[in-house]
Amino acid sequence: MRNFEYAQPTTEHEAVTLLTDFRKESAILAGGTDLVGLMKRMVVAPDRVVNVCEIDSLKRIEQDDTGKLWIGAAVRLNEFSDNQLTVHFPSVSQVIQGISSIQLQSQGTFVGELLRRPTCWYFREGHGLLADNGQMVVDGDNRYHAILGNHSSAKFVNASRLAPPLIALGAQVRIIGPGPNEEQILDLQNLYRIPMSDHERENVLQPGQLVTHVILPPHGNRLSAAYEVRHGEGPDQPLAAAAVSMEVTSGMVRNASIVLGQVAPAPWIATGAAQSLCGKSITEESAEHAGIMSVTDATPLSQNEYKVQLAQVAVRRAVLKAAGHETGGADRPMLNEPSASPALETNIT
Amino acid sequence: MTQQTSKGVSRRGFLKGSSAAVAASTVVAPTVSEGAEPGLEVVSGETSITLMVNGKSMKATIEPRTTLLEVLRYEFDLTGAKPVSLDGSSGASTVLVDGRPVMASTTLALTVVDKEIITCEGLNDNAVPSAFVEHDAQQCGFCTPGFVVAVRAFLNRNPDATEEQIRTGLNGNICRCGTYANVLQAVIALVKGN
Repeated sequence: MRNFEYAQPTTEHEAVTLLTDFRKESAILAGGTDLVGLMKRMVVAPDRVVNVCEIDSLKRIEQDDTGKLWIGAAVRLNEFSDNQLTVHFPSVSQVIQGISSIQLQSQGTFVGELLRRPTCWYFREGHGLLADNGQMVVDGDNRYHAILGNHSSAKFVNASRLAPPLIALGAQVRIIGPGPNEEQILDLQNLYRIPMSDHERENVLQPGQLVTHVILPPHGNRLSAAYEVRHGEGPDQPLAAAAVSMEVTSGMVRNASIVLGQVAPAPWIATGAAQSLCGKSITEESAEHAGIMSVTDATPLSQNEYKVQLAQVAVRRAVLKAAGHETGGADRPMLNEPSASPALETNIT
Repeated sequence: MTQQTSKGVSRRGFLKGSSAAVAASTVVAPTVSEGAEPGLEVVSGETSITLMVNGKSMKATIEPRTTLLEVLRYEFDLTGAKPVSLDGSSGASTVLVDGRPVMASTTLALTVVDKEIITCEGLNDNAVPSAFVEHDAQQCGFCTPGFVVAVRAFLNRNPDATEEQIRTGLNGNICRCGTYANVLQAVIALVKGN
């Protein structure tokens, strides 16, 4: 790890000052579960590290007068699940539970998870986010890479597991900096982008900017669920994931939002699939149809066609789970299916 | 704690001494720029810190890049937490910081000044190690200290855990000998209180 200077601000204002009064590269440290490993591998080598975990306003979960929930950037993942104010957002807690490592749950932070760098092995081996304009991925081992939105050089998948359920719930983020009094509220989906050059990241944050809060709108009577297709039960990245949030009155879906994860360089919003549910009741058939609709544009690479099926299944199961029809794969008898490497198993239904 | 050689110099002590001699030639004076507010202080180069480890306050000279694991092992001779993975994915470096299980290998030492650190040496708890021995829940033993701390932290939060919860909750620790079945039995016994 290259050496760096370290600062530990106690207010948001100090954090922005520390990030902007410095002409070299600085990095924001929260739980450290991602950044410290990246610094050890020299994938990133900042000159200054600013720890935001001691800023009080970033450590709280609060409800404002309009019923919106403000979740501080440095709130630990398990603090979200433990908080009574969050019980109406089951999709988010389901994903946190799925992270299934008590260390990651109690060390990792809410916004740190949203801004995890991609786990693409070409990126982690130091070949850059685009890895030779995508050519290394196209010619190489791309079994965990993107199946959607992969037409440009970016072939990695966005690493965040919390982004799909939060985007489906209509979450926003509060960003401060780089100016001392600059502040903006951005829809979470617009925080992410598909980078077009090696100078761009997978998010739109500028140097000197800090995400301070995630803002969740009141849940209303929305139903929500997330389903991640995982290789075993370990803390590895899921192979495909989907989150759904929908309003259902007298058995009919009034509006719905479906977001896929682990399939594209940014969280993938499946508008057509969500629209296909509107005006219908949730059945095996309508859920299955939404799954098919969500992957119609898929363009898999040489080794990841299996992910098309997994993504489709993730959507179907998330929809059924939100409606209370199905709790997940563990309940379904899968005894007769071949138990070869799940990464290659394409007959999951 | 450290093995003494015949000349009365421990291997660890010798290595530490020689590396200190090398470091001394390149030592940089600590630069702490004093801002108007304490929150604007910037630390660079070597700096002295005091950590509260297992109830004792312990001093060390570190750099901003020094991890908690490096301080515990190479400065304080607390070698229970193990360096296995760069990114903490093994769980072998698990310690408690203010009661929360964290990976010491991905925690910078400067971030835990003023926090209460408990390593497996200071757990003050015989129940978990005894259950591991009783159920033969270790083989080579390298992952065991991290597992023991993780189990303690898990049971503190989930005293009545089900088997399913134990299986999913302890996924952050990896054992290459594959002693998971016996670790599971040990934790089930602890939940049942026998």
